[in-house]
Amino acid sequence: MALLFAPLTALASGASVHLDKAPDVQGDKAALQSGARTFVNYCLNCHGASFVRYNRLTDLGLTEQQIKENLMFTAVKTGETMRISARPEEQKIWFGAAPPDLSLVARARASEDGSGADWLYTYLRSFYVDENRPTGWNNTLFANVGMPNVLWQLQGQQVLNKEHHLELAVPGTLTPAEYDKQVGDLVGFLVWLAEPDAGFRKKIGFGVLAFLVVLFAFAYPLKKAYWKDVK
Amino acid sequence: MASNTNFEKYKSDGSLQGNLLEWFDARFPATSMWRGHLSEYYAPKNFNFWYFFGSLAMMVLVIQILTGIFLVMHYKPDASVNANGIPVAFASVEYIMRDVPWGWLIRYMHSTGASAFFIVVYLHMFRGMLYGSYRQPRELIWIFGTLLFLCLMAEAFMGYLLPWGQMSFWGAQVIVNLFSAIPLIGEPLSIWIRGDFVVGDATLNRFFSFHVIAVPLVLLGLVAAHILALHEVGSNNPDGVEIKKRKDVHGNPLDGIPFHPYYTVKDIVGVVVFLMVFSIIVFFAPEGGGYFLEYNNFLPADPLKTPPHIAPVWYFTPYYSLLRAMVWPLFGIDAKFWGVVAMGAGVVILAFLPWLDRSPVKSIRYRGPIFKTLLALFVIAFAILGFLGTKPPSYAFFGVIPGAPVAQVLSAFYFLYFLTMPWWSKIDKYKPEPDRVTM
Amino acid sequence: MSNESKVDCGRRRLVVATAAVGGVGALAALVPFLSSMLPSERAKAAGAPVEVDIGSIEPGQMITVEWRGKPVWIINRNPSMLETLPKLDDSVADPKSEKNMQPAYCKNETRSIKPEILVAVGICTHLGCSPSAKFKKGADEGMDSNWLGGFLCPCHGSTFDFAGRVFKSKPAPDNLEVPPHMYLSDKRILIGEDKKGA
Repeated sequence: MALLFAPLTALASGASVHLDKAPDVQGDKAALQSGARTFVNYCLNCHGASFVRYNRLTDLGLTEQQIKENLMFTAVKTGETMRISARPEEQKIWFGAAPPDLSLVARARASEDGSGADWLYTYLRSFYVDENRPTGWNNTLFANVGMPNVLWQLQGQQVLNKEHHLELAVPGTLTPAEYDKQVGDLVGFLVWLAEPDAGFRKKIGFGVLAFLVVLFAFAYPLKKAYWKDVK
Repeated sequence: MASNTNFEKYKSDGSLQGNLLEWFDARFPATSMWRGHLSEYYAPKNFNFWYFFGSLAMMVLVIQILTGIFLVMHYKPDASVNANGIPVAFASVEYIMRDVPWGWLIRYMHSTGASAFFIVVYLHMFRGMLYGSYRQPRELIWIFGTLLFLCLMAEAFMGYLLPWGQMSFWGAQVIVNLFSAIPLIGEPLSIWIRGDFVVGDATLNRFFSFHVIAVPLVLLGLVAAHILALHEVGSNNPDGVEIKKRKDVHGNPLDGIPFHPYYTVKDIVGVVVFLMVFSIIVFFAPEGGGYFLEYNNFLPADPLKTPPHIAPVWYFTPYYSLLRAMVWPLFGIDAKFWGVVAMGAGVVILAFLPWLDRSPVKSIRYRGPIFKTLLALFVIAFAILGFLGTKPPSYAFFGVIPGAPVAQVLSAFYFLYFLTMPWWSKIDKYKPEPDRVTM
Repeated sequence: MSNESKVDCGRRRLVVATAAVGGVGALAALVPFLSSMLPSERAKAAGAPVEVDIGSIEPGQMITVEWRGKPVWIINRNPSMLETLPKLDDSVADPKSEKNMQPAYCKNETRSIKPEILVAVGICTHLGCSPSAKFKKGADEGMDSNWLGGFLCPCHGSTFDFAGRVFKSKPAPDNLEVPPHMYLSDKRILIGEDKKGA
């Protein structure tokens, strides 16, 4: 069966990449909060989200007090942005390249292959052990990526098997299903982070459209009323 | 009735209000403008769907200017990097999106407005081609229109650099480099345009200046000229019949109706419907599927890393395809130069349409099968060229039909359509135009 | 004829109704544009309350912190400084702090919550310069020989005492502003916010 489909996938890989569908958790505040926790614990050490203010997290149903106690490690005021203490120039020396700011990553990673969320969801689950890389890690979606698998204790260690498929060699503290859920939450948080106003934007949109329908209900008869003399 | 008619000045009825108005009107052509351009500007009564797009273009222009004014209050044209390692210009756009109250709405209106402008203008131009609106005596309106289109392209191109994302940067880099293809003066010219050896802070600042003041001023001037010329000769209509030929006892066209109130109330309906479509994009799909806001432009400009595939925004892609279609050096000059020539010629050739078309009738309604077929093919070719322009040159339809030669054939067709028009428009069959317009 | 006037009436009503609905829309559309000129989240974050540790200010010393882009003085007044205040009641313009330049909880002799700690915005109420400290009594710091200590605004010579009260017949019209503030603990204060609602 795999052999049968092999030529097809080879053809497809030239044009596009298969991405796993990320779960949509935008309406699930608990999931977004869990994503926020994962984000500050695992991502925010090296990546900033320098456009996002901590107090914006109140949109996820957190109080300023909770944000201060559970999510802020370096910042003092909740109005501050989610910066990292390391400076980009220093990071360039340490890592070779400064880890990108993640404020917009979920929008920037969108492509014809899928949404930015799908890309991130696939990426974070595609790390495998590779002794040839300086970090000891490689990624099937992002070849020779500079970032190590920072979530490996949760996920465990994947390796590439003979068919070049990912295989879990050493289990982590989470089961694969639990890990997928945690990554899904994190990706959901990154989607929220990329445009915190998206939910509000859609809500307003319905109001604006409703208003325009009402305006149309007046403007169209008005046009008719004038034009009925035009023969 | 045209705008050049001398209207009587306002006479007061003796009331305070009336006296004030009389005083004002004696010193300013208020009555004459109102009547000449609106209440006694006679437009053909048979305008159809296609005639909405002129007023809609005006509407989008207003949206762009208004939102632009408010964006400039917060935007910073600065390519230097802030403490977080992000260019200030890029960060200021995100600042508008997140920190400025309602900033996201104003920005999305402006970015969607750019695409909406081109959609509306393309349809407006197509209307002109359908009904021969460029024909005598409206050649000048059409030329002003072509210049407006060129200005709009310049405005959009320079505006696209301002967010200072990857597509902004590399798009500007590629287009400015095109000028370097011009023999002898090319290299110094492109350096002069950039003010640097690469697209940099100097480029960003001058593009900002052009985008917010220089080009808009020209644009507004051309809009005024476009409309004044239109009101001088009167509007064409779907039948391509001159309504001024048949007048009533008062000297008003029999088939004309005053623009105000008839077309004002009609255009209001058009505006409301347009705003519905516009709002659906702004509020529910501001990225326009990656066409209105390109995904790579959510990455800050990085002069050291070109995105794997860069394409201009969709409204430039038909012309970008013309540019890429030229791959042969001619007369010892680079293919690149001829690409630039092709792209420029693709726009400029539009201006010659009034003299290329030799048909005895204007409107498609009375034209023959050659015109109908070729116009349909032209629209399809334009759309495919646009589509291919968004794709890398290696693109193949269904993975088998290579896109590059298709683009070359269609580019050739694009020019042949215009260049052979004097011949085929003359030999084409036609039906005699009616005496009066039909509803 | 009658038919025509009827038509007109209906049309008139439609014109008014459409104009009204359209007008409401236009007004609503103004809201985002005008709101965009209000302080942004960045400005609000910069203007957020500031927490200050006052434990290290020795008696007789002052520190300056920034709040909403303005200097805020925190002065730990020693007994000799506090003694000067009642003596100056006749020389200052608003000895009882009648004018609303301080939260209600600071409308007292010392213009403060705790007698020794004065929190005041260090901006002269005349034209917005920041006065300088002239704490020494007498003419040592270029003041009059009967000077009891306080502040001098270098721009137009307004003088203030240790409670930020302005002296009579000086250009500054009001006492220095006392910002809303509160004690988080004995040694920590929060400037810009109070639980009493000022």
